[in-house]
Amino acid sequence: MSAVAPLTITGGKLVLGDSITAGNIRCADGMIEAVGDVAPQDGDTVVDAKGKLVTPGIVDFGVFAIDKPACHFGGITRVAVMPDQSPPLDYPSRVQLVAQSGKPDLWVHPLAAATKDLAGAELAEIGLMRDSGARGVATGRGWIADSGAMLRLLQYAAMLEMTVTSHAEDSGIAGNAAATSGDMATRLGLPNAPAEAEALAVSRDIMLAEMAGARLHLRQVTTRASLDIVRAAKARGVQVTAGVTPAHFMLSDLATAEFRTFARLSPPLRCEDDRQAVIAAIGDGTIDVIASGHDPRGPEDKRLPFADAEPGMAGADTLLAMTLTLVRDEVIDLPRAFQLLAASPARLLGVNCGTLEVGAEADLCIVDAEKPWIIDSGQSAASAGNTPFDGQPAQGRALAVFKGGASVTA
Amino acid sequence: MTSTRSSQAPAPLRRDYPAGSLAFPHRDLLGIGQLERHEILYLLDEAEQWVQLNRQSTKHSDLLAGLTIINAFFENSTRTLLSFEIAGKRLGADVVNMHAAQSSVKKGETLIDTAITLNAMHADAIVIRHGSSGAVELIASKVDCPVLNAGDGQHEHPTQGLLDALALRHALRERGHNADDFTGLTITICGDILHSRVARSNILSLTALGANVRLCAPPALMPAEVEAMGATPFDNFDAALDGADVAMMLRLQTERMEGQFIPSAREYHHLFGLTKDRLNRAAPDALVMHPGPMNRGVEIDSEVADMLDRSIITRQVEMGVAIRMAALDVLTRKARGVDGWGDRAPGTSGGGQWV
Repeated sequence: MSAVAPLTITGGKLVLGDSITAGNIRCADGMIEAVGDVAPQDGDTVVDAKGKLVTPGIVDFGVFAIDKPACHFGGITRVAVMPDQSPPLDYPSRVQLVAQSGKPDLWVHPLAAATKDLAGAELAEIGLMRDSGARGVATGRGWIADSGAMLRLLQYAAMLEMTVTSHAEDSGIAGNAAATSGDMATRLGLPNAPAEAEALAVSRDIMLAEMAGARLHLRQVTTRASLDIVRAAKARGVQVTAGVTPAHFMLSDLATAEFRTFARLSPPLRCEDDRQAVIAAIGDGTIDVIASGHDPRGPEDKRLPFADAEPGMAGADTLLAMTLTLVRDEVIDLPRAFQLLAASPARLLGVNCGTLEVGAEADLCIVDAEKPWIIDSGQSAASAGNTPFDGQPAQGRALAVFKGGASVTA
Repeated sequence: MTSTRSSQAPAPLRRDYPAGSLAFPHRDLLGIGQLERHEILYLLDEAEQWVQLNRQSTKHSDLLAGLTIINAFFENSTRTLLSFEIAGKRLGADVVNMHAAQSSVKKGETLIDTAITLNAMHADAIVIRHGSSGAVELIASKVDCPVLNAGDGQHEHPTQGLLDALALRHALRERGHNADDFTGLTITICGDILHSRVARSNILSLTALGANVRLCAPPALMPAEVEAMGATPFDNFDAALDGADVAMMLRLQTERMEGQFIPSAREYHHLFGLTKDRLNRAAPDALVMHPGPMNRGVEIDSEVADMLDRSIITRQVEMGVAIRMAALDVLTRKARGVDGWGDRAPGTSGGGQWV
């Protein structure tokens, strides 16, 4: 990293914590050295932002695959990777390997599997995994159904000062459901479960976290009822944060019409009222993190009957553009968008980035927030194009990405 | 149009339909949900000639001679497979049955590859049953010939919906009702609605034809928001039957159930079984239907199932062959080059037209 010349980006609009200011930014030794009224020095690499936005690099909290081209396309400089790998990240050496896999231009922060084999029963060696580079603990794609095991996990993680990321969906109710109960699932004849499966799990997990004094992150909160529970918990001071992926604020279960398996997600798409509740919760701060849940899947997983297809969507390449729709719709402003995309997830991971502050790591993007493009699953930068936004026009692209002050050639 | 038709007695009611393929502008028969009311009526009217033919001692037509029809059944079936096979053979087609249980599907071949394989064999129509909702649409998107849905998961079973409508129409005509459709009729469908593709196709076709559809099931076996499909849900069978003109009973699809929904068959019969006493709550002379296979003594008592003047269960089976013949006939007209069913709609020279 020391071989890289200092970087000065000039003529940009800097997206700071709570405002947008025209100015320059200078980085040296991989860190942000000065922000605002700063001139490039001799020997600096100078990049003219030409009036575009200069933003923190996106920290994508909770991806299932490390997909560098998609991340760089989407302005992502760090990812927190879910333990659902093959084999699962339930062993220190695997965590260590993954933690180093993306450097230098994409930093990967593994989330340790909470339980061995992600089976939801026996605790994995979380302490050893922490010291091998795990930046958190996650239950994986599934819920820990055993409340006793979940309580012990939260107590243990609290001792280690690690945040537990939970997939909150009551497995007894959800079963093998591929859709949310409602008119669409009834017409399509899909195995379905009521949306309350999520609220039940959210309220149990919050109550256990409160008992254990643990930090809990609910990776995807997607229904009105569960958002109300999170809101109330935050109001009484529980250390809970909530995330969501663009699919649940952009789409309702109508997108599953004609059995489109790209819209087969976990948790499944909800009704329109829940979608509106997610948008409101992003607006009022109940939701802290927007992440892609990037899970590229090829035709062998997706070209199947709906319920037989694997859930998940590729999203790292569209995360920025979809989040910017909330800015255009005036749900949030630009600084808040980058809190959701960068600052909050960085705080969850305990890493020194996500803001344009002096002393933070120089993970930056130049973003044209208005640049129009068409999302095309056939042309996707991701390793598979399974996006439910296929064919949709979008606005907003990362024009340049810098990791640790060095340009990333996407 | 065909020599077969002119030798048949005309159907009792002839309506005017759009000319040629405009009467049924679909390549496939995937679900009742894709059909307009007049398209449902068209298939019912087309089936009447085959009802006549099937009642003669010589029941053969060469309408589909030379065509190959593949019945690809990825899920076990006896009556539907037999019905489709008879329908194809009576129309003179070469019918091949593929049982997935013995096929390469078990060897790990994907559904898409199976579809491409079937397509490469130049079938003129493929009839598919599959255990997953939407599987038939998926296959249809990968093949070049008409596809008929013989039941996909819990989604639709369109020929069953059509044959039930035809059987009901025949029974009503015998009683002197000559209405076009089922306007004003109240039909109660009782049983495992949640897992039933028959229920979904019937809700769609019966409501399209004007009937009031009541659904009755224990709450865990009632799908959410069925009101949006135009049906009224009940969990009390007596209330659901009150004054109904037709009682359609469905079996419990225990093979699709995950977890326990019903304490016992005995208790289910106690609460939801159609007994002679219960039938008295329905309208006088109410008809009894069942798509089969029946579990006598569970959802329906033998003495009800066998009531000659009320039960039309065997007639449903009879109509099944005629409906499937009509569907095979209509969907293969383009391939057979029937006038007006080619690439260009009749009476047009490539310009726009009204529908």
